[in-house]
Amino acid sequence: MADTAQVKAKEGTFAFGKKEKQLLSDPLNDNNPITIQVLGICSALAVTTLLEKALVMAIAVIFVIAFANLFTSLLRKSIPKEVRMIVQLIIIAFLVTVVELTLKAANYPIFKELSVFIGLIITNCIVMGRLEAFAMANRPWRSFLDGIGNGLGYGFILLIIAFFRELFGKGSLLGFKIIGATPEYIINTTAGWGQTFFGWYANNNLMVLPASAMFIVGVIIWIQRSKYPRLVDAS
Amino acid sequence: MEYINIFIKAAFIENMVLAYFLGMCSYLAVSKTVKTAVGLGAAVIFVLGITMPINWVISTYLLEPSTNIISSLYGDQIDLTFLRFILFIAVIASTVQLVEMIIEKVSPTLYTSLGIFLPLITVNCAILGGSLFMVSREYDFGESVFFGFGSGFGFFLAIIAIAAIREKIRYSDVPPALRGLGMAFILTGLMGIAFMSLMGIDPANLTAGH
Repeated sequence: MADTAQVKAKEGTFAFGKKEKQLLSDPLNDNNPITIQVLGICSALAVTTLLEKALVMAIAVIFVIAFANLFTSLLRKSIPKEVRMIVQLIIIAFLVTVVELTLKAANYPIFKELSVFIGLIITNCIVMGRLEAFAMANRPWRSFLDGIGNGLGYGFILLIIAFFRELFGKGSLLGFKIIGATPEYIINTTAGWGQTFFGWYANNNLMVLPASAMFIVGVIIWIQRSKYPRLVDAS
Repeated sequence: MEYINIFIKAAFIENMVLAYFLGMCSYLAVSKTVKTAVGLGAAVIFVLGITMPINWVISTYLLEPSTNIISSLYGDQIDLTFLRFILFIAVIASTVQLVEMIIEKVSPTLYTSLGIFLPLITVNCAILGGSLFMVSREYDFGESVFFGFGSGFGFFLAIIAIAAIREKIRYSDVPPALRGLGMAFILTGLMGIAFMSLMGIDPANLTAGH
């Protein structure tokens, strides 16, 4: 994304200066949607059992949030304040329907796995929250970048959670067996290391349960706030 | 009996918050004190109980190709299910608006005590999630009513439990970096495991939750 942004910077209206860069980098740490703003936890935790699912979800959310921000920002002056929530929700619902139908056509097994959680991007508080907090008050280009930044911050945490959950829960990453014995190894123990390391490792089924995602987010918050004490709020 | 089963299943075994981890945002944001948690929980019961049957009617008579009115008028089966998200969220947003106006007229005291939490419910994923679950599980009208109230009651229980624990834990010696949000996450995880014991952790069939 940075490449296209820098190309467009020459055109003037799509300036990509320090401020714009901050819009992309801030949500990765200082203003992370999940660990600081507490937005979008709902659909995040359910889709992190496999890295692939998390990746698809992250891309879907980046798309929806960036374009919802863009469209809302373009329309921001003509939306009456009383009906703004319904207008925002309809923009989001439209984009989510586009994502749903595309995914259904492109990769049906993943679509089945994600089931209701694609639909739940509509009520993903990150999207709504960014529309309210940013897109309603800023120019389209910046809103678009803010959307991508927040989507990346969300996807970043999602991938960390999914990495640990798939590695320890299934012994694999993106479907490839990394640790634990493969069936061939168990049958033919003379194969030495077999295809994998740590042949003794038995899958930890706790990591497949949604509760483990809560622990991992808790630990991420713990590490993040020990490193940056300024982020602590004690309430 | 069937209905009571659905109520209990929705409230305890398939608890929206602790088994599916839906509605997390308002659950974590509004659970700092028990008082506000009760207000939000009551409003969620109300909204879930109302929107679920309305969405059932919309889904059955307007969207599903085999049962909708348009199909029966034209003889062909017309599939309008792609409009599901937009219609469901519109119903939820307008129900919340309507509930807000009714409560304001009927009981101003309740209205002031609920305050900001009513509009917040629109973006509570448990509400839309409940409606989507209702569709995918093919409930009939009566079942959808009980499923709605059951899920609402489950949310109510969960948010009060976490709020009570968070009020108590304020006096404990938690590591500074873990205070507040971090601890709330870990507590929710522990509560999720506790709730799972209601159905029994079955390692062979962990996909049961989806």
